[in-house]
Amino acid sequence: MAGLHAAERSSLLLRRTSWYRSALEIKGPRFMVKIKFIEHSGQEHDVETNPGASVMIAAVSNGVPGIDADCGGACSCATCHVYVDQEWLEKTGEINPTEEAMLSLSTDRKDNSRLSCQIQVTEDLDGLVVTMPEFQF
Amino acid sequence: MTDASADQSKWSMVGKDPWTMPIEKIDLSHPGIWQANEFLPFMERLRLEDPVHYCAESAVGPYWSITKYKDIMQVDTSPEIFSSEPTIGIVDTYDEYTLPSFISMDPPKHDEQRRIAQPVVAPANLKRLEHLIRQRVCNILDELPLETEFDWVKEVSIELTTQMLATLFDFPFESRHKLTFWSDAATAIPGAGVVASNEERWAAMEECLQVFTGLWNERVNAEPGNDLVSMLAHGEATQNMSPMEYLGNIILLIVGGNDTTRNSISGGVMALNENPAEYDKLRADRSIIPNMVSEIIRWQTPLAYMRRTALVDTELGGKQIKAGDKVVMWYASGNQDSEVIDRADEFLIDRDKARQHLSFGFGLHRCMGNRLAEMQLRILWEEIMQRFDMVEVVGQPERVYSSFVKGYTHLPVKLHGLN
Ligand code: HEM
Ligand code: FES
Repeated sequence: MAGLHAAERSSLLLRRTSWYRSALEIKGPRFMVKIKFIEHSGQEHDVETNPGASVMIAAVSNGVPGIDADCGGACSCATCHVYVDQEWLEKTGEINPTEEAMLSLSTDRKDNSRLSCQIQVTEDLDGLVVTMPEFQF
Repeated sequence: MTDASADQSKWSMVGKDPWTMPIEKIDLSHPGIWQANEFLPFMERLRLEDPVHYCAESAVGPYWSITKYKDIMQVDTSPEIFSSEPTIGIVDTYDEYTLPSFISMDPPKHDEQRRIAQPVVAPANLKRLEHLIRQRVCNILDELPLETEFDWVKEVSIELTTQMLATLFDFPFESRHKLTFWSDAATAIPGAGVVASNEERWAAMEECLQVFTGLWNERVNAEPGNDLVSMLAHGEATQNMSPMEYLGNIILLIVGGNDTTRNSISGGVMALNENPAEYDKLRADRSIIPNMVSEIIRWQTPLAYMRRTALVDTELGGKQIKAGDKVVMWYASGNQDSEVIDRADEFLIDRDKARQHLSFGFGLHRCMGNRLAEMQLRILWEEIMQRFDMVEVVGQPERVYSSFVKGYTHLPVKLHGLN
């Protein structure tokens, strides 16, 4: 395993669990995207991730606390809720109808709310900053 | 109140060989195998051989059984195909005495109503109740005898759940058993013990409304408090609710949090006794408790299924489901699906991704009280571990006669103190 890049190592580990399958679309060496996760307390976590996976996968696979992701990315639990920094909002793409339905039930919904499992990491998102709500519910 | 060995119904699967009986005859809906705790191999065979399974004849009519994790996810997240109306129970209720509640509504009505009720069980509000809940837990645990056999279900699971409900509503403490009665009455089948007729059931609901209207009036004129009634009375979105809406919300909160939490409390004790190595892990490291709580809820699966009704003809797992068909998502089976959950047939309190279970459902109807349930169980186990080396099961448990509510009616235990 020594010769493997950290991200490849973690993706190998993830391969064993089927709920991360969406993370495995990634192939070949690539540009790493930097994302900053800020907990409700202000604690910051900088991670590097592969384009192709979701922002939720980037958090969970790098051990960022505060994202439960109970449904594993199926857009059906809303426990991967984040607030996207205003300047990045447009680049994260459209909210899909299922995501809108789940978000609309959240008590902490804001204008910049997103479900992080529905944001696909692209090279355009290099430098993305998201904040976590106090609780995932 | 039927005993498994006396379950003589022609529909019962008890005693049948799950692996050799004709597969089309497998019927998970009959309560017998659930009470006898024999359901696992039937579900396993269906997952292996016929994961989307049609049962043409049963005491509750024809229905589909969905048994694999991924298929259940699919059904649960497609409300436009699989409706929660008219009911989420396997038996059709055509009865004007059923209270409308959003658990059996589809969008957009469901979403509107849930949005009103949701804030009262949001984590920020729960945090304010934690201290009081912990006090009540401590009071109950401190009263329990050491080294003496007693029924955990009655003395702890039911008592604690009832007290917690009373705490949440700031309900007059001496009358707290009314809450349990109303919960039982709301879901009772007339004639089966709790109430004799629908009229009697409705009388119980009217009493409930009357008492809760009194509480509302008292609190709407007082300073906002931390209890659910005060929150509803002062909440912007809720203060203008109609009486029926108010009652519907109250009953849903009482029912939703009653049997489910109760049986998770009993189920945890049972699971730790059956898996002594896990009990050792817990003794060695109490910081596992939050993770263990999720594993207990997976393992117990307090509601074995939720039912949907197909709105259109559709295909699932290669089978043709017709509009109008009953579709039953067996969470109790999906939670044992080793294709998605590693070593699913083992109770592992430190398992990875323990939160990834089906017990709360997924999608728009995902359990609204899930954080509350987890908090209650976490506090309970934190306090149990402060006091007892072991809650030892010392006799045969008895289980609920139901294929919906999965749980215990009796669990004889003895407590051993910390040395
Ligand atoms: C371990 C304990 C619990 C379990 C296993 C559980 C299970 C479930 C399940 C499976 C559903 C999904 C219904 C569906 O998909 O049709 C549900 C919904 C619901 N639960 Fe729970 N529940 C628990 C505790 C609670 C508590 C403590 C409350 C009290 C506040 C509660 C209130 C509700 C409500 C209001 C709904 C309806 C949500 C909707 O239809 O949008 N539950 N529960
Ligand atoms: S992980 Fe469940 S909605 Fe995103």
